[in-house]
Amino acid sequence: MIYSFIFAFIVGGLICVIGQLLMDVGKLTPAHTLSLLVVAGSILGGLGLYEYLIDFAGAGATVPITSFGNSLTGGAIAEAEKHGWIGVLTGMFEVTSSGISAAIVFGFIGALLFKPKGTID
Amino acid sequence: MNEQRYQTIEQQISPKPPIGMNMLKAFLVGGIICAIGQAISYFYIIFFDFTEQTAGNPTVATIIFIAMLLTGFGLYRKLGQFAGAGSAVPVSGFGNAVISASIEHRTEGFVLGVGSSMFKLAGSVILFGVVSAFFVALIKLILVTIGVVSW
Repeated sequence: MIYSFIFAFIVGGLICVIGQLLMDVGKLTPAHTLSLLVVAGSILGGLGLYEYLIDFAGAGATVPITSFGNSLTGGAIAEAEKHGWIGVLTGMFEVTSSGISAAIVFGFIGALLFKPKGTID
Repeated sequence: MNEQRYQTIEQQISPKPPIGMNMLKAFLVGGIICAIGQAISYFYIIFFDFTEQTAGNPTVATIIFIAMLLTGFGLYRKLGQFAGAGSAVPVSGFGNAVISASIEHRTEGFVLGVGSSMFKLAGSVILFGVVSAFFVALIKLILVTIGVVSW
């Protein structure tokens, strides 16, 4: 169990280093960097490689934003297998839903609770 | 001065980012966030009916909830100044982008401010995630249909 924490730490840390290199060496903005990582995750997911990374690193692979691309692709492919081309659209958010719904709900609650200066109402 | 010469001079003068130090900070902070995520995953695997593969979803939601608190109290901005990509690349950075935009625009009202500006920063991540997932899934569907690969 202790190893899973170490693997999560190393793999998650390395994905963040790739992001940092894209920003410092590649001179990309954070938005470009994150978009690129999501696309990379989606392609790795399509090739079936991201699953192995999750098996190996657990949260080290599911917490970075790359997992967002992977689960979008995973949902789309799983439904496409069942329903053909229309499944690509219907399955898209099946797996990823939690990240986006959590961001929307907590964004709304955050706007209710907090003032822009960083103090609570 | 021609454009090329201007660019070389600009490159010489502009301060170089301390790449090694930035990488180390990103590695440590990003790694720690993922290790915390691993602890949250274990919580969902042990106390709820999740497996190693499916525990990612509730973990992501929990991390975004924590990001809401840190963003609201202005702590995530400080973490971001220190860690760079280390705090931007984990989903907490995605949550932070959505939540900080929501808080910032609430003065313009909940419909016109929060509602329409929420994805101002994070929208590109959703756009390119969805579009690339669409094309990757479509390519796989075509490859399976013509018999190159199987599901």
